[in-house]
Amino acid sequence: MKCDICGGVAVIGMPQHRLNLCAEHFVEWVPRMVERVIRRYAMFTRDERVLVAVSGGKDSLALWEILIDLGYQTEGVYIHLGIDHDAYSDVSQEHVRRFAEGHADVPYRVVDVRQEYGLSVPELSKTGRGKRLCSACGLVKRHIMNRIAYEGGYAAIATGHNLDDEAAVLLQNTLHWQSGYLRRQAPVLPSTHPRLARKVKPLCNLYERETAAYALVKGISFVELECPHATRATTIFYKELLNKLEGRSRGAKMQFYLHFLKAKEEGLFAPEKADADSETALRECRQCGQPTTAEELCAFCRLWQNIEAHHD
Amino acid sequence: MDTAKIQYRDQEWEVKSGMTVRDAIQKGGLDPSAVLALKNKKLINDQTILEAGDEIRLVNVISGG
Ligand code: SF4
Ligand SMILES: [Zn+2]
Ligand SMILES: [Zn+2]
Repeated sequence: MKCDICGGVAVIGMPQHRLNLCAEHFVEWVPRMVERVIRRYAMFTRDERVLVAVSGGKDSLALWEILIDLGYQTEGVYIHLGIDHDAYSDVSQEHVRRFAEGHADVPYRVVDVRQEYGLSVPELSKTGRGKRLCSACGLVKRHIMNRIAYEGGYAAIATGHNLDDEAAVLLQNTLHWQSGYLRRQAPVLPSTHPRLARKVKPLCNLYERETAAYALVKGISFVELECPHATRATTIFYKELLNKLEGRSRGAKMQFYLHFLKAKEEGLFAPEKADADSETALRECRQCGQPTTAEELCAFCRLWQNIEAHHD
Repeated sequence: MDTAKIQYRDQEWEVKSGMTVRDAIQKGGLDPSAVLALKNKKLINDQTILEAGDEIRLVNVISGG
């Protein structure tokens, strides 16, 4: 397999683009794809500061590297969740540290949930009533990212979601006709409140295979282990289904996602009726000040309040 | 020796040299779209013909987060 640009040995074939590239041309091509998405969806500009949510995995570190290369102003945030199994959180943090060290000490900060709030995420989910681990974890991560973005005046929060992540969620939501989720699934979630930064997914046009290949070619070291609590079954099942489809018909995965975005732009989905109301109905949490639709405390503060009540 | 060694997580298997990386991946029961192959820490495409003595490491690319 030869590189379509220089005729050298290709490191990757991308049948959906009918494109094979060598290492050198592949690492030029990936950032160009990302830049195109950033502009197409007006994600952020070079004058804005972007907070990158880094987990130590391939996608978020590849994203960070690409944004640095493209000359954007970034700061990384690593949230130490306190997942001790396989030393998962420590190992992941070490990859982030090494990355920053290898990139002229690009700024990043670590938020240690246990140190800052008193319990690790697994402890939190065990103690409180309700919330399963991954939903508590998601809530904690969102809250912390919003808080840091607001306190530091960042324009956007960037995450490493790739096309396979997005297509898997899309498939799942379509099979259940989750119209609310389908309406909100987008490469950019605009800010709906001064305390909520815009959310952007600059890798949403790249296959997972490509973000991994990019990290490998660039020599980025990343955690290959999955979080030991990952609900592997569902997401991976949908990803595998999509890959089967892709095997039969090249580009199927990409079309499924990109045509969804296009259909949405063309008005496939009526705007949510309650939209106007629910936005004005955003109040500030009595405790932390973050926007919430709840009367008193936001979901994050309620999570911790339950625990205190539980302890008493 | 006319075999190549394929390593994936804690599994290892041998395949005949002369076959493609893609075939070797399928021999191990994996989906070629779900892994990438490294030889001497360098990424190689899945049409690459394996040579005797090659040691290939496969990296999973599907994450379930
Ligand atoms: S798998 Fe669950 S617990 Fe692990 S990082 Fe993801 S959301 Fe958190
Ligand atoms: Zn080339
Ligand atoms: Zn709150």
